[in-house]
Amino acid sequence: MGTRNYKRKTSHSENGPGDGGRTGSWRVERPILDKSLCIPCKRNKEACFICWLFCPEIVISRTIPPKIDLEYCKGCGICAEECPTKAIIMVDEAEFSKEDKE
Amino acid sequence: MHIIEDGNAAAALGVKLCRANVIAAYPITPQTPLTEKLSEYVESGEMKAEYIPVESEHSAMAVCIAASSAGARAFTATSANGLLYMHEQVQWAAGARLPIVMCVVNRAVGAPWNVWNDQQDSISQRDTGWIQMYCADHQQIIDSVIKAFWLAEKVSIPIMVCYDGFLLSHTFMPFDLPDQEKVDAFLPPFRPAYALNPDEPASLNTVTLPDVRIDVHGELAHGYMEIRYLLQEELRASLAVAAEADKRFTEIFGRGGDPYIEPYRCDDADHIAVGLGSLTYQLRVSVDALRKEGIKVGVMGIRFYRPFPDEAIANALKGKKGVIVFEKALSYGYEGALASDLKSALYEHLAGTGRLPLVQNFIAGIGGREIRTDDLTQTLRAATQSRIAKEPTWIGLKL
Repeated sequence: MGTRNYKRKTSHSENGPGDGGRTGSWRVERPILDKSLCIPCKRNKEACFICWLFCPEIVISRTIPPKIDLEYCKGCGICAEECPTKAIIMVDEAEFSKEDKE
Repeated sequence: MHIIEDGNAAAALGVKLCRANVIAAYPITPQTPLTEKLSEYVESGEMKAEYIPVESEHSAMAVCIAASSAGARAFTATSANGLLYMHEQVQWAAGARLPIVMCVVNRAVGAPWNVWNDQQDSISQRDTGWIQMYCADHQQIIDSVIKAFWLAEKVSIPIMVCYDGFLLSHTFMPFDLPDQEKVDAFLPPFRPAYALNPDEPASLNTVTLPDVRIDVHGELAHGYMEIRYLLQEELRASLAVAAEADKRFTEIFGRGGDPYIEPYRCDDADHIAVGLGSLTYQLRVSVDALRKEGIKVGVMGIRFYRPFPDEAIANALKGKKGVIVFEKALSYGYEGALASDLKSALYEHLAGTGRLPLVQNFIAGIGGREIRTDDLTQTLRAATQSRIAKEPTWIGLKL
C-alpha cells in the first residue's frame, strides 16, 4: 500500500493530530504520571491541569487523570518541568524497549 | 497585428495578454525595462493586477509563491545575480508545485561584475525542478510567455522563459501581437486545485518527514520522497503536455511547430550545430555560408532544456556524423551542461546502434564577448573536418 492515489501532490497539513507525522518516535524520554501526586487525581476534581496548559504539542488531555498521547508526544519534558507536585517524571525510553523485548 | 518593439516589451505584452494577477519584481539589468513596462500597465489601469515592489529577488519569488498559493496567476522576471539571489525560493516554488512564470533575461554572473549576455544564470538553475524554455526571437518570447502560463497551470510546475539579454531584450524586431480574444480562448483563468482559504486552514510545505504519514482524515499521505518523485515524474510527463500546448496554440494562432527543437537545414546534413537561444539564429548565417561551399551542415535550436527532450533530440541527430554544441555557459570543472546532457541522450537512445555521432563542445560569448559570425563559420567548418579538441574550445578567447 503506497501513496500513489493520495489526493494531493504537495505537502499539505490540516489542523489535527498526526498531520506532522508520528512524532512520538522522536522521543528519547517518556513522561510517566504518578497519580498519587497529581492534583486532579488526588482531589478527583477539575483542577491544576498545568501539564495540559503547557504541552506545546497538545497531546495531554484535560481529564482525570490527564492522559498523554504517546503517539505524538515528542518527550520534550515541559510537563514534567512545570508540574507543581512533580507528579510527572521523564523516564529513558530504553527502559520501555527493554520491557518490549522481555 | 504586427508591431515593432524590443524583446522586453514582447515579454511584458505577453504577460498583460495573459492577465497575470500579481507581479512582483526587482529591477536588474537587462530585465529592467520589462518590469518598468509592467508597472506602467498596472499604474495606468491598462492591466488589472497587483504590482508589488519588493526589496530583493528573494522577496519577489516569495511574493509570487504566496500569490500563487492564494490562487493568483503570478509573474516575475530577473537576470544573473538576481536569479542567484532568488535561488532558495526558486527551488521552493517547484517543490510547492506553483505555476509561476518567470522571464530570465540571460546575463553573465559575477564575479567579476558584468552586465552583458551569456546563459550561466539560467543554466545554473537547471536542477531546480522548473521547466526551462529558450527563445531565439521576439515572436518566440511573447508566444512562449503565453504557452508557459497554460503549460505551468496544466502541470503545476513553474516555468522560466529565458531569452538573451541585450541581443533580444534591447533589440527591436517586428512580431505579431496576438489578439486578446484569442489569448483568452487559449488561456482560461487560473483554477488551482487548492487555494489558501480561511475556511479551510492548512499549513503548506511545513516539515515533511522522511517517511509517509497518516493525515488527519486517516489517509496515507506522501513523505518528502514521494512529493519529490512526483515532481520528477510530472516534469518528464510535461514534455507531452508541452506538445499539446503547441498544438492548441497552432490551432488558435496559426503558428507553431516542433515544441522541443527547431531544426534548420538539418534533413540532409552530416553535421549539426546545436545551441540555446538567439545564437542558433546567428548560426543559420554560418550554415548558409557553409552550404554554399558544399558542406552539409545544419543547426538545431533547443527550445526546451528542462525537461530535456532527449528522445526528440536523439531522433534528430541519429545517423549524423557530428554534433557541434555551442554554449554560452559552462559546468565549471567539466564542459558545457548542454553538451553533457546531449551526450547522455545520444548514449541512451543510440548506444549499440553504431550511429553515435561525435560530439564537440564550443564555449562562446561568455560575459558578452562578441560572437563574430565569421568565427562561428570558421569553427563550424573546422569541426566538420576533424576533431578540434577533447576539452571544450573557447571561441574568441584572447589569451
